[in-house]
Amino acid sequence: MPATDPVVAARPDQSPDLRSLEAGLDALGRRSARRRIPVLRRCLRSALPPLVGGLSVLAVWQLAVWAQLKPAYVLPAPTDVARTLADQWQQGHITGAVWTSLRRGVLGFVVSVVVATPLGLAVARLRPLRAALAPVLSGLQGLPSVAWVPAAIIWFGLSDAAIYFVVLLGAVPSITNGLIAGLDQVPPLHRRVGQVLGARGLIAARWVLLPAALPSYLAGLKQGWAFAWRSLMAAELITFSPKLGLGLGQLLDTGRQLSDMSLVVTAILVIFFVGIGVDRLVFAPIERRVLRRRGLLAGA
Amino acid sequence: MTFLDLDAPATPVVAPAAVRLRQVSKRYGGPAAPTVLDDVSLDVAAGEFVCLLGASGCGKSTLLSLVARLEPVTAGSIDVVGGRAALMFQESALFPWLSAGQNVELALRLRGVPRRERRGEADRLLALVRLEGVGRARVHELSGGMRQRVAIARALAQERPVLLMDEPFGALDAITRDVLHEELIRLWQEVGLTVVFVTHNVREAVRLAQRVVLLSSRPGRVAQEYAVSIPHPRRIEAPEVAALAVTITDRLREEISRHAGD
Repeated sequence: MPATDPVVAARPDQSPDLRSLEAGLDALGRRSARRRIPVLRRCLRSALPPLVGGLSVLAVWQLAVWAQLKPAYVLPAPTDVARTLADQWQQGHITGAVWTSLRRGVLGFVVSVVVATPLGLAVARLRPLRAALAPVLSGLQGLPSVAWVPAAIIWFGLSDAAIYFVVLLGAVPSITNGLIAGLDQVPPLHRRVGQVLGARGLIAARWVLLPAALPSYLAGLKQGWAFAWRSLMAAELITFSPKLGLGLGQLLDTGRQLSDMSLVVTAILVIFFVGIGVDRLVFAPIERRVLRRRGLLAGA
Repeated sequence: MTFLDLDAPATPVVAPAAVRLRQVSKRYGGPAAPTVLDDVSLDVAAGEFVCLLGASGCGKSTLLSLVARLEPVTAGSIDVVGGRAALMFQESALFPWLSAGQNVELALRLRGVPRRERRGEADRLLALVRLEGVGRARVHELSGGMRQRVAIARALAQERPVLLMDEPFGALDAITRDVLHEELIRLWQEVGLTVVFVTHNVREAVRLAQRVVLLSSRPGRVAQEYAVSIPHPRRIEAPEVAALAVTITDRLREEISRHAGD
């Protein structure tokens, strides 16, 4: 005999015990909300260690200069470099070069994302394409993109096209491989839930697969930016032409041609700080946000 | 009064079948591959609560995948009223990139519910599983029991007449499981669902089901059916539940012992 009188038994207000029991369990079982650390403390906590590290490097450098290990034209003092930096800044060379390079880097990166994302999706999902292209993409990721510079110059001449070609070949494999890895790591259970909910094909890609793959895709984007930036510097260093705008790589090469070690070090420092700045200011906050929402960030 | 009547027809004949399996067999691979399910025929009436019970390797999870159409049958046929069934897993399998409410809303969106109705409907479903005000919480902030209730709300959002549950409370602690048993029975009665619930826990099966279907292992076949006529509200500790559980456990042990020489 099946259960009787379902309607009466089902009235929620007739089972207050269950309701309060459940509320108690929920209160006990819920993870406590994230503790908010004051902004100032957080900034101090994250900025202090790298500051100490940087100052240590500076101290070792200054000690080496005082010890006169090398003549000044080979090993300039930090103060010399600071003076060069200030001079170049006042003449507008630094800001000009930073903008030229940053514009190229960002444009090249955006085009790379536009190319790499559908490519990664296709390679991950289509078996024959994967068999053919996955090893090529892994190989390309290991190939220093500076190796493409001679080919780029022969094909495109000393032009922006040559520079973008090298940047693309640097960034696309990283982004594509990040996306493929992310899609490969989507838990089978999530795929099955998508199926049960009736998501197929592109709908499943939009609502299940791509969001699930996002952390890995972001890691790929971050690496893709690093590769785009270093490829750009390699390309700018070699494709020196008055037709082209003066980027940081070209600034670096000017220093070499003038045997001006201060200028060389200045250019290296600016390249370093722009690269790290984009990573810290653009990618790190996005990554932190994504991981925190998923409960994947330790200590948050 | 006896709660176990082997001679009575286990399926109420009046209600139309919500799930109908006819001589279903399943093999992975060619004809030489081992048979996971062999000639399973089963009717589940509309509004019925059936537990599929068996040791590991009896193919009970496979059976649910077949009914949910996640995999094709090798032979036989499966009919589900409404075409497809909702399915819940042992893990809540909520999407961690969405909040609890957004998980429910995604099911509504994929069902084609217009945008402006989704939020309100998701709130209503969360209230149904008594999770008012939890919609904005991230999945990782919820306890295991709360996640499973959100998963129930998501399954209900699909608005399928049949709810398949694959050991949904297997990973929960005993107290939480007990509460969710009560919650599930309340929902089943309130919403008028047809539930097919897979478990290897005999007491859980007797606690919940109107009918317990015992499957044999390797290959999975229907070994025996038990009608459970203990009236709700039941308690898992009740002597009637325990008595029937003993009978079924003995039969289950017998089934398992047959494989001693395998």
